[in-house]
Amino acid sequence: MHNAHAQAASIGGIRAGGDLVARMQMTRGMRLKEAKQYVADKLGVTPFDLSDPVVMTDVRNEFGFGRIHSYAISQPWQANQIEAKFNIAKALDVPINCVERFKERTGAGVTA
Amino acid sequence: MTTEPRVPTRMGDGTFTEMTRSEIRADLIAGSEAAAKRAKVPPLTDGEIDHLLEIYASPARFIGVDVGEEIVLSCDGTGMKTHATRIQDLQSYEQWMGADLLELCVGDYSLKVVRTILAYEAQYMHDAQLCTIAPLQYGVMPNLGLYSKPDGPCENWNELLPLGRIEEARAAEEEAVEMAVSDMVKLADSQWEAGADAIDWDTTGASGDPEFLAALKATRIIRDKYPDMGVQLGMAGEFVLGMHGELEWGGKRLAGLWPKDQLLLAQEAGATMFGPVVNVNTGKSLAWNIARAIALIKPCMEVAEIPVHPNAGMGVGAVPMFVHPPADAVCRSAKAFTELLHVDGL
Repeated sequence: MHNAHAQAASIGGIRAGGDLVARMQMTRGMRLKEAKQYVADKLGVTPFDLSDPVVMTDVRNEFGFGRIHSYAISQPWQANQIEAKFNIAKALDVPINCVERFKERTGAGVTA
Repeated sequence: MTTEPRVPTRMGDGTFTEMTRSEIRADLIAGSEAAAKRAKVPPLTDGEIDHLLEIYASPARFIGVDVGEEIVLSCDGTGMKTHATRIQDLQSYEQWMGADLLELCVGDYSLKVVRTILAYEAQYMHDAQLCTIAPLQYGVMPNLGLYSKPDGPCENWNELLPLGRIEEARAAEEEAVEMAVSDMVKLADSQWEAGADAIDWDTTGASGDPEFLAALKATRIIRDKYPDMGVQLGMAGEFVLGMHGELEWGGKRLAGLWPKDQLLLAQEAGATMFGPVVNVNTGKSLAWNIARAIALIKPCMEVAEIPVHPNAGMGVGAVPMFVHPPADAVCRSAKAFTELLHVDGL
């Protein structure tokens, strides 16, 4: 069922920019149009681009947002997983809870 | 006998049937009128019926929204040990399925069950956050019924009500509400500490108005306590059952509320996403079911200030009541909700 919904209507998660739009909806309560515009403006793309994996793969590489990973197309030098969320928080200018926890528990990002 | 061609379509239970365009159109109108009559909502316009007809009379195996009009999928149940460990399931949904967001949960999905394993679930969320990218929420269903005997400590209101012991039943429900709110907040406390992005109250209201009240109360507390934490509030049905009958939120009686008023209360309480539900009638065609669902949810879209993600899974949102819903039916539901209601997600 998920596949059918995904193929019929989804932005596409980390294949494109779906996770970024979802994050603004989930934690900021932004409606779809507002969330797409917010993310697009922060990344210098159009809302249309956000569901295009061709455009967004380059964007994700540029910003270090992490992307589809397998051993056939691995990118060990790029940010992924929790590392990627540090970059997403910075680019979208929103706090991400687990990133803040990571900083607290490791001292990472603490300047004082 | 008509010579009008027949196209394959499905009933609400998923079985194939064949209908003419005229028959599909008639079912669309009947579904819309059923919603209008029951919930006092406006019926769909001729243009909306025609739009749905193009979707549901298409013989195509698969259809989708226009390029650029894609929406967010709030993928509940993505991390519940379907085929590997729960973290591997989350990674599969993220990496292979392109899920827009993820949800960690346990198979039972009931709040009262999760309450006994909060520390384990928090540890799992902590670990999962380290190795995923997409926003990750924790999902439970309040399932207030488990707070009544023999499963829980409260008197069983479902046994008291048929005996006419109304006041005792109401007192038991009110006691259960307070216990559930306490458990929901403790769950949110532990998940926030572990790094969760949001909490999902799924199938809210399955036990009627007391359960909806519990979700609203917990949402308000969480909103005040953790301003950056998302709260998704999804419903169990289109109509809040009056199992108590006198419970209110902000002066509004909860029993009998339809999706628009449910949404207004959810967003007032502080939810960041709302999931209305319209249940499937298995004896009617999908055309009848989608028209009824669209007509019932449409008033939500006109007043929503937060994202609205109608539920479109097994037995709700014109997706057949079948454990593996057919793709031809699922894609039509997704396209119809997106194009007619401009939903924020599903």
